[in-house]
Amino acid sequence: MKPASFDYVSASSIDQAVSVLSELGDEAKVIAGGQSLVAMMNFRLARPATLVDINRVPGLDVIDVGADSVAVGALVRHRRLELGGEVPGPLGDLLAEAGHHVGHLPIRTRGTFCGSIAHADPASEWCVLAALLDARMEATSTRGTRLIPAEEFFVTVFTTALEPDEILTAVHLPLLSENHHVGFAEFSRRAGDFAIVMAMTAIEVADGRITDARVALGGVAAQPTRSSAAEAVLVGRAPGAETFADAASAAAENVTPHGDVHGPAEYRVDLVRAMVRRSLTRALGEG
Amino acid sequence: MVIGQRVKRLEDYPLLTGRGGFAADQSRTGQLHARFVRSQVAHGRISGIETDQARARPGVVAVLTAADLPPSFPKIAPRQVGFDEMVPYLQSVLACDRVRYVGEPIAVVIATDAYEAEDAAEDVFVHIEELTVVVDPRVEPSAWDDLGHDTEVMLINEAYGEVDEAFSTAECVVELELSVGRHSGVPMETRGTLAWTDPMTGTLHVGGAAKVPHYNRNALASMLGLDRDRVQLHEIHVGGGFGIRGELYPEDVVVAWAALRLGRPVKWIEDRQEHLIAANHSRDQVHVIKAAVGLDGVIHAIDDEFWQDQGAYVRTHGATVPTLTATLLPGPYRVPAYRVRGHIRLTNKTPAGTYRAPGRYEGSFVRERLVDVIAERLDLDPAEVRRRNLIGHEEMPYLRPMSVLGSKIEYDSGQYVRMLDRVLDHVDYPTLRADVAQRRADGEHVGFGFGFFVEKSGLGPYEGVRASVDPDGALRIVTGAASVGQGVETTIAQIASEVLGIDYASIRVSHGQTDELPYGFGAFASRVTVMTGSATHLAATEIREKALEIAAQMLEASPEDLELVDGRISVRGTPARSLTLGQVAADLDPSGARRHGTTPSLSAESWFHTDHMTYPYGLHFAVVHLDPETGHVAFERYVIAYDVGRAINPTLIEGQIVGGLAQGLGGALYEQFVYDDLAQPQATSFIDYLMPTLMEMPEVEVLLSEDAPSPLNPLGVKGAGEGGTTGAGAAIAGAISDALGSAEIIHSIPVAPATIWATLNDA
Repeated sequence: MKPASFDYVSASSIDQAVSVLSELGDEAKVIAGGQSLVAMMNFRLARPATLVDINRVPGLDVIDVGADSVAVGALVRHRRLELGGEVPGPLGDLLAEAGHHVGHLPIRTRGTFCGSIAHADPASEWCVLAALLDARMEATSTRGTRLIPAEEFFVTVFTTALEPDEILTAVHLPLLSENHHVGFAEFSRRAGDFAIVMAMTAIEVADGRITDARVALGGVAAQPTRSSAAEAVLVGRAPGAETFADAASAAAENVTPHGDVHGPAEYRVDLVRAMVRRSLTRALGEG
Repeated sequence: MVIGQRVKRLEDYPLLTGRGGFAADQSRTGQLHARFVRSQVAHGRISGIETDQARARPGVVAVLTAADLPPSFPKIAPRQVGFDEMVPYLQSVLACDRVRYVGEPIAVVIATDAYEAEDAAEDVFVHIEELTVVVDPRVEPSAWDDLGHDTEVMLINEAYGEVDEAFSTAECVVELELSVGRHSGVPMETRGTLAWTDPMTGTLHVGGAAKVPHYNRNALASMLGLDRDRVQLHEIHVGGGFGIRGELYPEDVVVAWAALRLGRPVKWIEDRQEHLIAANHSRDQVHVIKAAVGLDGVIHAIDDEFWQDQGAYVRTHGATVPTLTATLLPGPYRVPAYRVRGHIRLTNKTPAGTYRAPGRYEGSFVRERLVDVIAERLDLDPAEVRRRNLIGHEEMPYLRPMSVLGSKIEYDSGQYVRMLDRVLDHVDYPTLRADVAQRRADGEHVGFGFGFFVEKSGLGPYEGVRASVDPDGALRIVTGAASVGQGVETTIAQIASEVLGIDYASIRVSHGQTDELPYGFGAFASRVTVMTGSATHLAATEIREKALEIAAQMLEASPEDLELVDGRISVRGTPARSLTLGQVAADLDPSGARRHGTTPSLSAESWFHTDHMTYPYGLHFAVVHLDPETGHVAFERYVIAYDVGRAINPTLIEGQIVGGLAQGLGGALYEQFVYDDLAQPQATSFIDYLMPTLMEMPEVEVLLSEDAPSPLNPLGVKGAGEGGTTGAGAAIAGAISDALGSAEIIHSIPVAPATIWATLNDA
């Protein structure tokens, strides 16, 4: 469990980092927190010829709060989002709540938000959050910067729309108004494990009716996914146990997960039902 | 009084200040690093090994295979419970013509650094013609080799009493099939060995393992053809033992051999992936058990047949696990007639050995599940059925007419009913039962389970100490026993302190060094406090007597008029007339000793011998709540009562119990070495081999008692190392089954949440 040999470049600027990537293409890998990459290198499942370390690149450890969105830079650690205080409103609450469930404390202290999204595990809290909020991923290369919507970004397990010469320099998330209620629920075998199934919800309530609903699921497909079926059930109805149960059933009826070592496909379907209902219930502050 | 006090551990200072020395911390100038090339197929014939490309890599010093070993190089023999019929099934240190499990060492690459060694190991190409694999130990035995041996190594048979008669006249017969999954001790520190020869003396030194250094020294010397005094083993700090770490493994022998052959130090540090496929697995038994029972719940006979999945070879533990399973299965109950047949079967999996509470974890799970089902079928309370079958205090010592590990099974002391009552009182059992019934009627899935067990500890045949007081008053104790981190130094110091009145924190205890004392048995079978503790008590008493005798001469007083307090001997009533133990020791240099008419030095070497084990006992009681949507198990209560006869340091014992539970709980809910149909291991990292963490642990209520001191040693102590593990599978499985609505639902562990979900959703 020692990595195969590799070259190491510590980039001092984003220009330097992308020029190395431009030169080496998929022979090079970007390292920030290294919480997934280093383990994969130790298992020799990943054998990058060159590591481009961006930890010393100035300006990437920034949480940039704008009028209606926030940009989370490539060196922002999970722990910072978990501790909160920087991102206002319900989005900040959701980042803190979901952030608490990312791995264990040492992982959260070193690993990065953007690194988790670039790694694209479909059961990752941050990938599900990106899907939930239609996040836009800021990809930078020598060719310039482009924004990739979440829907296009997550291609399949561990695979994104990033080109080999691009760095995920920031993720842009929309701020949520105070009318939004956010909820999160996941089930994993042990605390800190990747979830077997995860649900994240954001619902906007006005005059006792749900006016906007977002429901995202992790662990049920090759990408984090939105449940349009659940969202359709929610919009226009009054929030409450019956509404949430109906939405949870709609979510469960519209997933086609695979069975694995943790249990048969039907188990995940039932977990979707439970996690969606629980996340909606928690969104409304009832448990 | 120091015995019984919750004094701080002497071991902790270096560990808490980052000064510990573990296997990977050792280094020798000029050392080389070993990396093993392991089989990736579960069963096959080796048709060729290509090493040229690996040898040509930078930094590679040697690539060694079985062909490089001396002719007829010995295989690793059983350390205990070995039988002649096991000889064909022992493992070669490097595979010769066949490989039989994924992870079997085939070659070793020795290079100037560990990275180069691992790179080069990838360039060793092993050609293997694959053969059919055996995954299920219960299929008909098949050919194991080309010499006519099949996959049943041996059949263990034990019986007493009139079993058939009891079944033919039984009012009720309960039969169950029960199984315990494949899991093992997974210490935080993986295995590791550093071997080097002293150029001045030619002595081979080996450091890194802890547990049985003297046995391993002797075995290594014998295998390598060296005189025993030319091989010395050095025990250092250890990040967990649990029975599996510290046994003599193929890698240890290869590393020592390579160091001799190459004339340079060779270091090997196992990585986690290797550990999970190469270090001993354990547990993994299937039982078909039946009981002949009266309508009152009294068990008249038990008849059990079980299959032990030994993996691909017999290793150092021989038949230890199945033998312990077979003979200790009846546990705390009378069981007047008993018969057991245990099949030791080979499969194409990693070989198995002992793991904390070997045989008792498995047997207790089987027995306690059986008792729960008996209670349910007869509509009796499960606590009451246990009470009716528990061996009474007045029946002690209680002879179970079988023997194990060379000693007859005679429970030395025990107040089992008293312990049951203590736990029932502690949890307010009638109220708890009523609450559970009410909550269940309200639709909750809640239940409780018992795991009553008898442990065994203090395995002989002997252990010794050499204790001496320096002229400056310091007491030094050397024991041949070993430490796997359980607090040996503190415990031994407390016992000596009690006798000699010296501050325990000033006492230095040395263990596990083959060059300090020629004999030692090691750290296993919860034996060190009993064996070394008793030897320490004898040695300290001898020193005390000698000190008083010499002091009497020095103070011109009668020995009966002297008292020893805080390391100072004084004449009773005249405290001014006094001497320290150091002053007495100083007067016992060879000249002084001659003057006193005795032998030099204030020291003693004492050996404690025993032919019988002591039998501590305990009870786990769990209350669980199940989430019907996820299958998650939440613990509402977890109580462990344990009787150790006499508690030298209750804090250390509680630590053993709670830590032991983490491992027992792992086996009940999380840990499993899963194999696929081709015998490929599926749990080869911590992603798939689920170790419980602090977050999965319940708050444990420990009820430590001293109801039944052992009559077999001067301190009355019994071992404390395993009881936290033993009853966990039984109590947790019982509680889950109860919460699912019947004692008859859970038949195997670990219990996955999907199983609970499926039961509650009829899926």
